[in-house]
Amino acid sequence: MATPLVVSEVAKSFTMHLRDGVRRPVVANVSFSVKAGECVVLGGPSGVGKSSILKMLYGNYGVDEGQILMDHDGKLVNLATAEPRTVLEVRRTTLGYVSQFLRVVPRVSALDIVAEPLQARGTPIEEARAHAAELLSKLNLPRELWSLPPATFSGGEQQRVNIARGFITDHRILLLDEPTASLDAKNRAVVVELIAEKKAKGTALIGIFHDEEVRDAVADRILDVSAFSPRKAAA
Amino acid sequence: MSTLPLLKVNDLSKFYGSRIGCRNVSFELYAGEVLAIVGESGSGKTTLLSCLSTRLMPTSGIVEYHMRDGQYRDLARMGEAERRFLMRTDWGFVHQNPADGLRMTVSAGANVGERLMAVGDRHYGNIRATASDWLERVEIGVDRIDDQPRAFSGGMRQRLQIARNLVTSPRLVFMDEPTGGLDVSVQARLLDLVRGLVHDLGLAAVIVTHDLAVARLLSHRMMVMKDGAVIEQGLTDRVLDDPREPYTQLLVSSILQV
Amino acid sequence: MNDLATYNFAYLDEQTKRMIRRAILKAIAIPGYQVPFASREMPMPYGWGTGGVQVTASILGPEDVLKVIDQGADDTTNAVSIRAFFQKVANVAVTTRTKEATIIQTRHRIPEEKLSEGQTLVYQVPIPEPLRFLEPRETETRKMHALEEYGLMHVKLYEDIARNGHIATTYAYPVKVEGRYVMDPSPTPKFDNPKMHMSEALQLFGAGREKRIYAVPPYTDVVSLDFDDHPFEIQSFDKPCALCGAEDVYLDEVILDDKGGRMFVCSDTDHCEDRRACGHAGHMLARQEAAE
Repeated sequence: MATPLVVSEVAKSFTMHLRDGVRRPVVANVSFSVKAGECVVLGGPSGVGKSSILKMLYGNYGVDEGQILMDHDGKLVNLATAEPRTVLEVRRTTLGYVSQFLRVVPRVSALDIVAEPLQARGTPIEEARAHAAELLSKLNLPRELWSLPPATFSGGEQQRVNIARGFITDHRILLLDEPTASLDAKNRAVVVELIAEKKAKGTALIGIFHDEEVRDAVADRILDVSAFSPRKAAA
Repeated sequence: MSTLPLLKVNDLSKFYGSRIGCRNVSFELYAGEVLAIVGESGSGKTTLLSCLSTRLMPTSGIVEYHMRDGQYRDLARMGEAERRFLMRTDWGFVHQNPADGLRMTVSAGANVGERLMAVGDRHYGNIRATASDWLERVEIGVDRIDDQPRAFSGGMRQRLQIARNLVTSPRLVFMDEPTGGLDVSVQARLLDLVRGLVHDLGLAAVIVTHDLAVARLLSHRMMVMKDGAVIEQGLTDRVLDDPREPYTQLLVSSILQV
Repeated sequence: MNDLATYNFAYLDEQTKRMIRRAILKAIAIPGYQVPFASREMPMPYGWGTGGVQVTASILGPEDVLKVIDQGADDTTNAVSIRAFFQKVANVAVTTRTKEATIIQTRHRIPEEKLSEGQTLVYQVPIPEPLRFLEPRETETRKMHALEEYGLMHVKLYEDIARNGHIATTYAYPVKVEGRYVMDPSPTPKFDNPKMHMSEALQLFGAGREKRIYAVPPYTDVVSLDFDDHPFEIQSFDKPCALCGAEDVYLDEVILDDKGGRMFVCSDTDHCEDRRACGHAGHMLARQEAAE
């Protein structure tokens, strides 16, 4: 499918019950689509809802209204209303996510954390580890760290494990939340290269980049999320 | 992934006289899914687990299980012989206190081998080999195979209990606070083990826990219970990161950060 | 001379005997199944064969010939006492010869002589429940029997092999009766287990303190539990009986002096006497005769 992701009239608000039920609308009327091989960057000031949109696309945040349509193995899935197991299936084969923070699993080595998404799709462990090693090398993660659980890594090291884990598969849609935030120039360039490779393969990418240089290098289109601000929608 | 649910729960309620144990619980569980039932003391989560695993008879509602022959059976209508057989073969139940789920005066090997002997295995050498295999998988030294669990630490006992339950390749495992009472480092090891086994064996599991971190690590789906009712359910990371209900928000915000 | 006290035939009142016979019939109908019965106060304490005595009393008739043995011998205190008891309360004929008995009450041994149709063997049983030492709860063991859940029995044998390299149980070795119930054959040596299989005689088991009766009808399958790679084996002895030279019988060890001298002789005293009467002689006997 040429347009693997279509977002249609999505709205979300938070109700903070611990603060007497204060309702904080986040976004409204979010509509956009992403083509295969395209990289759409979500722009706008801090707090406007960029990260929230990404999380909604991943199914990590709930959606109040609207649809998030994805091409999952030739079938159309609305992630906003899908059953948990469907969401999990979509995440396993179609939808990837590089989050800002690495959630650490006790005792699992960096290499295995990176290899896991491939393994989950049936790739034999040795092959998966080989791919993981390739990526970690590209990202300049010191070899000595590969067999260690990342709990004690620096922010930048954890981020690189995160990136490798997100890029190792061939998911058709990839969500990137500040993937270069803790990286030095050398590694930022590696990420830019990785993104370019994905685009060439036809992956649809949606990302948030604060680094202007990286943003300019990868973005095909910049979507200003302030356009989806709830006040604007009301007006 | 199978298209038919392994367990179908419809409007399950359990009352103790006028006291509510759990009420109107409905959900479906599929093969390979791990469901965490989360709540504080008195939420009804243990009652629910007991009703699901047929340790308690529900007051109303139906629990149906998809048998290996493809039929759905209403567990409440099953004869006791069949139910006990199910509990020994297709199901597992991991107790919070491992001593409740083990024979403490019998060797580790016999503990693991018992289910095999119960279904007719009659070759000592093979039974012992299978038991050794499983001890290795749960990271208990094979040289402890003839030792009694009385001599084991809490973490080891719990791992032995897990091995004892998994030896017949059950499809559904119930766990009641599997890491409760264990030291933190021991917990981490056990959780990783359970995570790995569930994944490798494609187990479906229902895990009762009050510990949200355990739920986050092990489960795909989560049900939050309060005062006997399910107040929120869904994808685990969604419920934890975007809690909707007031009580869920309270629970999540109460976790101490380290 | 009339005694002041008189007893009903075989001591028990008729209604009690009916009750016990009903239990016996039920036991015969369900081979190996432990039937509860209302065990009576007997003129000997628990642990001295009250179960066996009650079963014998219930089936005894004036025409019967009774033999009583204790560990194979007719002449130990217990055997003598019980035999005397029945002589007194039933005025029944008694014998030490296995071939001549119609009812044989035994403690912990089966006679070497093959039993025939029309004979009844009554066993004295201390603990009827084979699973008792592994599962102390009566509620659980009853369920296990009812649902044929005998995995635990094999756990015990597994433990034996794990600890001792072989199945170390040498008496009260569990058996499966008619392919259904697992039964404790009473503390007979496992050597005797094969005798229970397809016996022509009726085998009845009575446990007085535990209040259970069970039975193995004639020509019933009785199979000792084992593992495929650790099959059931009976004990074998290095030498034959020192007195009569019998091989393939169960031998008792007898200490001769305080210098460690010992001899092994037939546990079944009647069998031994029989063989000697026919002219067989073991090495101790030959030596004795040589000394004379």
